[in-house]
Amino acid sequence: MKGSLILAASAGVVLLAFAIRPTAVDAQAAGSELASQCASCHALTKPAEVTVDRLWTRKGPDLWYAGDKFNKEWLVAWLQKPTVIRPGGVLWFKHAKPGEPRDTIDTAAVEKHPAVDAETATKLADQLMLLKSGGLVTEGAFKPESANAAMGKLAFSKLRGCIACHQSAAGTGGLSGPELYDAGQRLRADYVIAYMKDPQQFDPHIWMPTLTLSEPDLQRITGYVMSLGKEDK
Amino acid sequence: MIRFGIAMLGLVAMTGAIAVHQPATAGSDNPRIAASAHLYDTYCAQCHGVQRNGKGVNTVGLSVQPRDHSDTAGMSSLPRDQMIKAISEGGGAVNKSALMPSWSAVLSKEQIEDMADYLIYVCKCDTAQ
Repeated sequence: MKGSLILAASAGVVLLAFAIRPTAVDAQAAGSELASQCASCHALTKPAEVTVDRLWTRKGPDLWYAGDKFNKEWLVAWLQKPTVIRPGGVLWFKHAKPGEPRDTIDTAAVEKHPAVDAETATKLADQLMLLKSGGLVTEGAFKPESANAAMGKLAFSKLRGCIACHQSAAGTGGLSGPELYDAGQRLRADYVIAYMKDPQQFDPHIWMPTLTLSEPDLQRITGYVMSLGKEDK
Repeated sequence: MIRFGIAMLGLVAMTGAIAVHQPATAGSDNPRIAASAHLYDTYCAQCHGVQRNGKGVNTVGLSVQPRDHSDTAGMSSLPRDQMIKAISEGGGAVNKSALMPSWSAVLSKEQIEDMADYLIYVCKCDTAQ
């Protein structure tokens, strides 16, 4: 019986550990915060073992290729004032509710990211930019001169169905993937094209399918995605 | 008994914190059905719905609505090899919507075959007249 009580108490402690999330990060400790704070939710190194169940238990998206993925200026601003990038949460299914005329997301349950001050944000961004994919992202893969954003919009919204999972404007598009309406500020073009070409290179079990897009489609969709969130789009 | 109850409550709460939804495997002890249900939740339910009724969270802007896998009559007309082809190669390969992507880069051949069996289980097509 004592064993049962200890088990119950342990379960409670584990639950509390899951429930308590930091609300702010101390600027002075930023040098080690990337490892101590961010690593509690995000993979900062490529996981040795990738499984479907890892996607169900991880608490935040992988950051082990953050330096290839993000623009530093966006990181610095976002870390100080985080917004919801994944409308369905880290794993959309956990927040999905059956309904009519369709399933919905329990937005109140979607995880919130803690905010940090400006000094910490800059330090964290500097460290995140050092995390590279190890060759998955090719510098110069996106050719702006050959990208036709208007054709890209047609492919994104109609022909290739990207909009089924991603929002191209607030409230326009699906909920299981990250929103892309500020992708032009958030993401690096060479990462967008590499991920779109083969998402399973980054995680063999991620729920974005490989769409076997042609090179012209990859270029034009990337051109469109990179135009989102920019004033001169 | 009370202590045992407290212990069980803790375990249930732990499990609940990780898995919000129960897989749609009611009435089956088959581990392959359970495994396919978990894969369905991960990959298919985003469009085909958490209740397998074609009403997933991503259907808001789709020009073609996803198939209702709980529809016994509608699914009964779909041969198993066509299901496998659609999952493997995408909707376009079976003259359906190209919005249904190919899953062969994510799911193994065996997982796709098990998924076809799971769909037959979900639509109750194996017990239909």
